[in-house]
Amino acid sequence: MTDGKNSYDASSLPDLLPIYYKRLFPYSPYYRWLNYGGVFKNYFTHREFSFTLKDDVYIRYQSFSDQQDLEKEIQKRCPYKIDIGAIFTHRPKDHKTIKAAAFQAQEKELVFDIDMTDYDDVRRCCSGADICEKCWPLMQIAIKIIDRALRDDFGFEHLLWVYSGRRGVHCWVCDEVARKLSQDGRTAVAEYLSVVKGGENQTRKVVLDDRIHPSIGCAINVIRGRFSDYALSKQDFLGNEEKYTKVLQLVPDEEFREALSGYMQNFGKSNHRWLVFIEKQKEILDKGAFKKSQNMVEEIMLQYCYPRLDVNVSKGVNHLLKSPFCVHPKTGRVCVPIDPENVDSFDPFKVPTISGLIEELNKFETTEEQGKRMKDYRRTSLNESIQIFEKFLKKLEGSWKGRLQEQSDMKMEF
Amino acid sequence: MEIAKPSRNKGRSRIVRNLNNGIQDLSSEHNLQFYSIPPVETISLQEFEEYAVERLKVLKVIETAGAKYVKGSEKYNDHVELEIRKTPFKRLLKHSDIVSESDLHKARQLDKISHFILRLAYCRSEELRRWFLQQELDFFRFRFQCETNLSERKKFLEINKLKYEPISDTEKNSVQEQLAQAGKVDAGRVNTLEYFKVPFTEALDLVRARRVYLHQGSAYVPYEEMVSILLSVYRTKLSQALAVTSRALPHLEEDDRLLPMLCGLSKRYLGQDYSNRKINVGQITADMIEMLSKKSFPLCMQHLHQALRQNHHLRHGGRMQYGLFLKGIGLSLDEALKFWRSEFTKIMDGDKFDKQYAYNIRHNYGKEGKRADYTPYSCMKIIMSNVPGTGDYHGCPFRHMDADLLKQKLRAQNIGGEYLDKIMIDLKGNHYQLACTHYFEAVHHLSLDTHNGINHPSQYFDDSQKELNGNKLVSSGGTNRSLRPASQNTPKSKPSQVSQHSDSGEMEDDFDFEAAVHSIPQE
Repeated sequence: MTDGKNSYDASSLPDLLPIYYKRLFPYSPYYRWLNYGGVFKNYFTHREFSFTLKDDVYIRYQSFSDQQDLEKEIQKRCPYKIDIGAIFTHRPKDHKTIKAAAFQAQEKELVFDIDMTDYDDVRRCCSGADICEKCWPLMQIAIKIIDRALRDDFGFEHLLWVYSGRRGVHCWVCDEVARKLSQDGRTAVAEYLSVVKGGENQTRKVVLDDRIHPSIGCAINVIRGRFSDYALSKQDFLGNEEKYTKVLQLVPDEEFREALSGYMQNFGKSNHRWLVFIEKQKEILDKGAFKKSQNMVEEIMLQYCYPRLDVNVSKGVNHLLKSPFCVHPKTGRVCVPIDPENVDSFDPFKVPTISGLIEELNKFETTEEQGKRMKDYRRTSLNESIQIFEKFLKKLEGSWKGRLQEQSDMKMEF
Repeated sequence: MEIAKPSRNKGRSRIVRNLNNGIQDLSSEHNLQFYSIPPVETISLQEFEEYAVERLKVLKVIETAGAKYVKGSEKYNDHVELEIRKTPFKRLLKHSDIVSESDLHKARQLDKISHFILRLAYCRSEELRRWFLQQELDFFRFRFQCETNLSERKKFLEINKLKYEPISDTEKNSVQEQLAQAGKVDAGRVNTLEYFKVPFTEALDLVRARRVYLHQGSAYVPYEEMVSILLSVYRTKLSQALAVTSRALPHLEEDDRLLPMLCGLSKRYLGQDYSNRKINVGQITADMIEMLSKKSFPLCMQHLHQALRQNHHLRHGGRMQYGLFLKGIGLSLDEALKFWRSEFTKIMDGDKFDKQYAYNIRHNYGKEGKRADYTPYSCMKIIMSNVPGTGDYHGCPFRHMDADLLKQKLRAQNIGGEYLDKIMIDLKGNHYQLACTHYFEAVHHLSLDTHNGINHPSQYFDDSQKELNGNKLVSSGGTNRSLRPASQNTPKSKPSQVSQHSDSGEMEDDFDFEAAVHSIPQE
């Protein structure tokens, strides 16, 4: 799928990035986020950033003393990509002067990475790095499910969802409990949220117990609400013999599978065929037959739609993740925040591109008076994304207001 | 042992000065403890060593059982109990013959002192600490679960000042359905159970396995699962204590008698591990891999090799599992780069390979980053951690491959008959390493149950080379020392997953404590 009006040419990136970093990158809210109100000393100064420069030159362990320092360095280097890492015991840029054992990652947001390439065995429209409107609903389902679980089950409140610029989404959980989680804690949360398991040599990747855990129950409800639109209409996932044979492989009882296969031939359309699955499951539930297939419908829905997390990204305290508001070098799209309450209105193909934004800037310059003091990004379509970021930030700031109050009260005592 | 036993080296063998008065030590009030207060008794060097060895035997039993059975399962518990009955720790087991107060007291002292001795021996490196921590946690879990007496359990919580208030009936009723679903029990049964509400960070094991109901950051833990919470408390305490001990250890190193003993103890028992194995780097070259993969690679590595050849690419997990294995059998860094490069550059240019993948390979060989010398993955690691996801080919085929597909692949390798039957039975019982052992026997035309058990891909390779070349290892020099079972008590009749290289003629290296005792300078 092409980008329509925002046509972007990757070779122009070196010329566009300096302008983007000079006039559009939202340094101020960005710093407010990562400084966390200055509640903890060194939270910003001991944070690792890493830059990917032109020709894949990669520099790790960058750190900055304040917003100005960060701004200056970014504008000087014009990185193709910025990654955010952990908060360390020392300033990361001094890491060579410190004994390796003493230089330790201490805290970081709990992060999740969901990437469309991990769905290649269940989407038929695209593969690899490509996405289209037929498979993007998978990301909407993913955000809905993970967002709910993180809030309701784990009690997290400050979730920043970000489009990764091409084929997936990231989530930054910024609550204090999450930032302080150990590696074990991160692993436990990630595994709690992983339902689809198994590699290329395993066909049936979801096996449910008789009693379905409440969290998975909620996930199934989300999928159920979207299944007909996504799987039946958009993907037509039982549309031909090859497709339904693949689905039938997920039915554990062979005899039952063969029976179902027979029915498939009697019906021509995905939705009719799916009704057969649902009805036949009801039948075997009533009869108590084919014990292993009793949750077959739910298992199929989960295998086709449940979010597939890259758990390795979540596990490590010091794992780096691409920063919000980077520009994806291949697509030119800005990695913008996504409002989890309006997931459906987010369209990856309408995300502002660097070339589009700069064009907008140029237009304003010719039509408007220069005198107005207004941040440049406010005048472009990036503004909408920054509003989402501000909304997240405002709530986050509420969490340390009380704490700052406490700290200043303590000082008053003396 | 009644406090200080007169011995030749009296006065000098005290580990801790007798501070008995003043501090109230409740640890001997209960069969179980978190070992918070160090022992104050004086013991002889000989006892020092005996105690340590007895506990090591037990920890080794725990480790072996964990490799064979699902932890906490009936078979696991039976096996552990049977083995512990052979040691002085038997008095701490429930249902054991009624023991006298003083016997019980003795056993608790043994438990405590031996734990603290091993802390000294196993605090010395990250790897040792990890091993010790894991076994101690499993040992604790086993003992807590054996303690079925509710009032004893409550007493333990009281002694350790762990106050967990059960949730009210009103609250329980409001989430009854969720509790039932999460706990896999009937809704009716929920009414009869007691639940505690704890921050989810204190019940990580239960969260990970989705075995509890979670709401707003609280885990609703049924009383029966209490052990998970205790384990997380214990884990925190013990790992902190080990870190402190390791910092304090240099002050102890004055003592020229304890030190060699502690060293000796920890060296011998690192469990099944190939990290100490000397590799003859350079024995294997890139062009030999194809041939060797067909003859001597375990199935997991064959699959990775085939996937690499087919796709000219492997994802991270696969590159780690396969790359470190190749390193382990003796592929040098230069040969490794050559090997991976030749495959990857079929789908990408050399530049991309050098930028994105070569670093990783050098990293594995300790040439980048923190320059750690990474060791090949053991079967346990391959089976238990790092579950393969979409696009992945790593893992253990006996664990992570569909049974039908596996069967088909085995048939394609001409494996059938009783071998295939045996393997399929192993799979049903979740005995993945046993299945691999039977696979080894089939491939090398050995009769069933004659091989000692596969527990490391590198060991598979070495054993295969021995079979094929008549005991001449291609990557000779692998001493396999640490692979042998810790306990001579392990029954030999049954083929187990723990390899027993009784054929290697190196058996005398094991359990050489007598020699160790004699080597300790005595006055």
